[in-house]
Amino acid sequence: MPKATGPIVEARGIHKHFGALHVLKGVDLAVHERELVFVIGPSGSGKSTLLRCLNRLEEPSGGAITVDGIDILDRRTDINKARQRIGMVFQAFNLYPHMTALGNVALALRKVQGLPRAMAEDKARRALERVHLADRAGHYPGQLSGGQQQRVAIARAIALEPRVMLFDEPTSALDPELVGGVLAAMRELRESGMTMVVVSHEMGFARAAADRVVFMDGGRIVEEGQPEAIFGNPQQERTRAFIGQISRH
Amino acid sequence: MTNWDRFLDSFFNARVAAEYLPKIVEGFWLTILLAGCIILAGVAAGLALAVLRSLGIRPLNWLIIFVVDLFRALPPLVVIALLYFGLPAAGLSLSGFAAAWLSLSLVLMAFTEEIFWAGITAVPKGQWEAARSTGLGFFPTFSLVVLPQALRMVVPPLTNRTIAITKGTALASVVAVPEILGAAQAGVSFSFNPTPLTLGAIAYLVLFLPVVILGRWVETRFAWKR
Ligand SMILES: Nc1ncnc2c1ncn2[C@@H]1O[C@H](COP(=O)(O)OP(=O)(O)OP(=O)(O)O)[C@@H](O)[C@H]1O
Ligand SMILES: [Mg+2]
Repeated sequence: MPKATGPIVEARGIHKHFGALHVLKGVDLAVHERELVFVIGPSGSGKSTLLRCLNRLEEPSGGAITVDGIDILDRRTDINKARQRIGMVFQAFNLYPHMTALGNVALALRKVQGLPRAMAEDKARRALERVHLADRAGHYPGQLSGGQQQRVAIARAIALEPRVMLFDEPTSALDPELVGGVLAAMRELRESGMTMVVVSHEMGFARAAADRVVFMDGGRIVEEGQPEAIFGNPQQERTRAFIGQISRH
Repeated sequence: MTNWDRFLDSFFNARVAAEYLPKIVEGFWLTILLAGCIILAGVAAGLALAVLRSLGIRPLNWLIIFVVDLFRALPPLVVIALLYFGLPAAGLSLSGFAAAWLSLSLVLMAFTEEIFWAGITAVPKGQWEAARSTGLGFFPTFSLVVLPQALRMVVPPLTNRTIAITKGTALASVVAVPEILGAAQAGVSFSFNPTPLTLGAIAYLVLFLPVVILGRWVETRFAWKR
């Protein structure tokens, strides 16, 4: 049984090399139940890589990661089983273009959790309702707006009832007028008590919803704290420079 | 006899046409049978090789690439000749039909493997990652998410390549298979009149024109929008 106490996600001393490139240089990150942690930082600072290490889409070169009490990096861990507890949402949505919204959400319910089709689709429909897209269940990704596609992608992840959700720049591929809908869905998810790690530069959302903001640069966590502290009164020079830069947009 | 009459008598001789039509019709069915067998075997084998290749086993992939390049480089007629005239020397003799079928299947396999492989690698990495992140394993991800998209992408080039290679069934005439061209040539040498060749050309048109039009339709139908 997973422990009831302690962080849901605990990463310690994470290193990642791509060949000669040292991308993560000892990152520690703990995320507690119902916490929303925001990760910001300049391009190439390793935010996506860190997120992708958490569900082993990327294999860290060193360190330890537990999610919901499961040792993610242990060779004996059934990673496919563990991944069901870790939802992930991508910048490019990555919906399956040959399946309807419902099919997208139901696929893992059927093929991973082994639910019979009717039950899987029932559950998928409820997940789509949570992102207010029940009426689009029969649409293919190509027939949906970017914002709707991203909400379907969120439904695909939450249908598996994960313990934590990882978002990698979920709104940065969207036209400005579509960002609101996705942020609203994330907000509702947060209010339902979901633990979340969000890589994003939506400062308004961070101020309103984040418990903690983590600033990364050069493969390290440079500074972290409450949103008001990081955005309003950063202690580190690099953080100040970065916040100044993104605030001007 | 004017030149025009001579032309008509040579290429559209009604008596010769009536005499050799049944042979050409037999050849027509034989061509369809041969083409069908080639398509089934060639496309299936090409797909199988592409699937094997996506497992990413290095030595196996080298072997696949070698075989594929070999049969893409060799002219199909050379392959047919090798199998038909060469194999008996090794104590293994194939009928003309079998030699033509095997040769063209291998050639089609080589080209379709490349086409399927291109389709598989053209599926964005994000599709793999999305599926894997929901806990799907390698094989379900490959068969349920990646392959269907790859297949859909490759339908137009696959159709074109398949048409091109099935037209190679005419090469079987070289190894005495009485398919359309074989039957027509036999007709010419018996009647001393080229009309059977005219019939043969018409038979090829009847067979391949619909296929080419179908290919065109397939190409527009499968134009992929994301
Ligand atoms: N698969 C890979 N192979 C080689 N290098 C990689 C790979 N993935 C990422 N990198 C490199 O690692 C570094 C960190 O990349 P990462 O995507 O984690 O940055 P990021 O903070 O998410 O940036 P962005 O804000 O642009 O998304 C970059 O220099 C990138 O080029
Ligand atoms: Mg990134």
